[in-house]
Amino acid sequence: MSSQVDQIKEEVEAKLIPIYVMGKQYMVPESLTIMKAIEYAGYKYIRGCGCRGGVCGACATVYRKPGEYKIRTGLACQTVVESEMYLTQLPFYPANRATYEFDNLEGVPEEIFQLYPELFRCVACNACSKVCPMDVEVMDYIAALKRGDIAEASRISFDCIQCGLCASRCMGELPQYHIAQLARRITGAYLTPSAEHLKTMVANIEAGRYTKGLDELKAADTENLRNLYTEREMEPATAGEDWSPQSDAYL
Amino acid sequence: MKLCYYPGCTLKTKARNLEDAALASLDALGIEYEELPRWNCCGAVYSLADDDLIHLIAPVRDLVRAKEQGADTLLTLCSMCYNTLARANDLMREDEEKRKTINDFMDEEIDYGGEVKVVHLLDFLRDDYGLDKLAEKITRPLKGLKVSPYYGCTLTRPREVALDRPDKPTVLQDFLKALGAEVVEFPSSIECCGTYQVLGNQESALRRSQAIISDATKHGADALALTCPLCDYNLGHKQKVILEQNDGMSELPVYYISQLLAVALGVSADVLRLDLNQERATELLKEKQLLAG
Amino acid sequence: MAREISKKTIKDQWRRKIMEISGENVYKCMQCGTCTASCPMNCDVDAPPRAVMALIQFGQAEALDHLNTPWVCASCHMCDVRCTRGIDIPRVMEALRQIKLRENVDHVEPSNLQPEEVVDLPTIAMVAGMRKFTS
Repeated sequence: MSSQVDQIKEEVEAKLIPIYVMGKQYMVPESLTIMKAIEYAGYKYIRGCGCRGGVCGACATVYRKPGEYKIRTGLACQTVVESEMYLTQLPFYPANRATYEFDNLEGVPEEIFQLYPELFRCVACNACSKVCPMDVEVMDYIAALKRGDIAEASRISFDCIQCGLCASRCMGELPQYHIAQLARRITGAYLTPSAEHLKTMVANIEAGRYTKGLDELKAADTENLRNLYTEREMEPATAGEDWSPQSDAYL
Repeated sequence: MKLCYYPGCTLKTKARNLEDAALASLDALGIEYEELPRWNCCGAVYSLADDDLIHLIAPVRDLVRAKEQGADTLLTLCSMCYNTLARANDLMREDEEKRKTINDFMDEEIDYGGEVKVVHLLDFLRDDYGLDKLAEKITRPLKGLKVSPYYGCTLTRPREVALDRPDKPTVLQDFLKALGAEVVEFPSSIECCGTYQVLGNQESALRRSQAIISDATKHGADALALTCPLCDYNLGHKQKVILEQNDGMSELPVYYISQLLAVALGVSADVLRLDLNQERATELLKEKQLLAG
Repeated sequence: MAREISKKTIKDQWRRKIMEISGENVYKCMQCGTCTASCPMNCDVDAPPRAVMALIQFGQAEALDHLNTPWVCASCHMCDVRCTRGIDIPRVMEALRQIKLRENVDHVEPSNLQPEEVVDLPTIAMVAGMRKFTS
């Protein structure tokens, strides 16, 4: 009992450090993320907060440390506070997003040029890459797109979470992340070879290969379903390439 | 000597014919080069404002990439890229104050001070490889092909980066002679085609190009040889519009110098990418028995 | 055309700005007209380069404001290599463009470009055009 009390006491006594949210100082526990620190300080999120897991891109945050000229960025839900940091979140940054009927595209570079002619205003200053909280080489994917290499742009921009910080810093006023999204869509739809096994699988499904099994599952009551789930055969973690289940009923 | 190659955006899109033919020719000549693995658009035009350093960042960053690769020479094929990179290089070598500002701004890159030499295919072949040596390698001389050399602006102007005398250059003539072509000189060969005026002021650009094509034809040229994808757009790609608008003009095929080089070296025809030229370009080569089929 | 050259019309700060941005001394021009004779765009410009140089020498900002010359200039550098006084005139034209563009006004608005045109143009035309005509 006493050890539990000690633990709680210790947590309460976590060291408080000063941070500045939009210019106002708050004392917050040093172990918190920016997002939790902002909530600790009394703010309530209605925007600028999404997955809290570092993938949705809603909580892009810009901050500086005292005495530094550098702009630093991070996701509020992932970045731990530092003493004396001053910050603001940028939940949204206006950026031109072209409208297009994806099915009408052929997937050629010229379509990207047409939808986003401002692409050619890039001056390769690299402010975008420097500000990216996901360390995406934004300037390099823009360079790839200017020379029509959609696949390469998709590869480089793969980790983009669409937070928009690149657009906020752009000298040429480009909406980089929207352009990259179009590039990835084109890559997915037109440039990546379609998987042969997928075609076979779809054909099998359409031919009714799994209908019986699915019907059985749908008809099963809760108890039955639980049993089926817990007793299912699982691939051992150490299984080799040649492993296959004993029953091929669901293959 | 380590030779790195800077392609430029247009060579990877609309001017594949310039690139493919050039690279196949370099291979045929046994010239070793390494394409830069990482590069960005050079900006196409050099910043002319004294206080505008931001537009120098793009070309300098490419020069940094070349330095990182350990290159001592950077080869270009597009004359606009050549011009922009060479001028940025001069500035980085000569202007101490601006060099410092630019290097400080690009704090994520290694410092650059003009260590790499920027060359164009033409002066590379003339000064490093040698036009005499080139002439010896020709297996299919361009006999009977009357070609006018078209320099445009960026190979010979401004003076600081000129491959040759700005008022009376001869490098392109010498190159074409080495290929066995019959050179037809004409006064407009150093005049501007209208360049990026095609954006928003197409009329002026077409008028310029019309004058150049007519001048070359008047002097008896069968074809025009050039190195700039924007000149090629105005003089070659847009020629059908010019011919429609001007009665009595005859079509003048436009080639990249690299295509003529590849033909003369007997390189396989598929690298010429003549599908990107006017149809007449293929016909003429066939008529002169320079292309199989 | 008669033009009033007076304290009222001479814009000295504008003239100094041009020399600062271009890095060129416009007073070196002696009006020989070689630039005009060399200009490939001389039939498309409202005023030839020689006249533009004169207007700058006299600080005539307002008169120059409506002329298309800086925008039609293709920076071909023919005037530059031939200038008897060694003035890099394309830099002066660039300064005139920059003074306008730095007011955050585009000369060519990218979204107004014809889609067919953008598809047809080579990358260098787009890049060069954006650099010369947008802010």
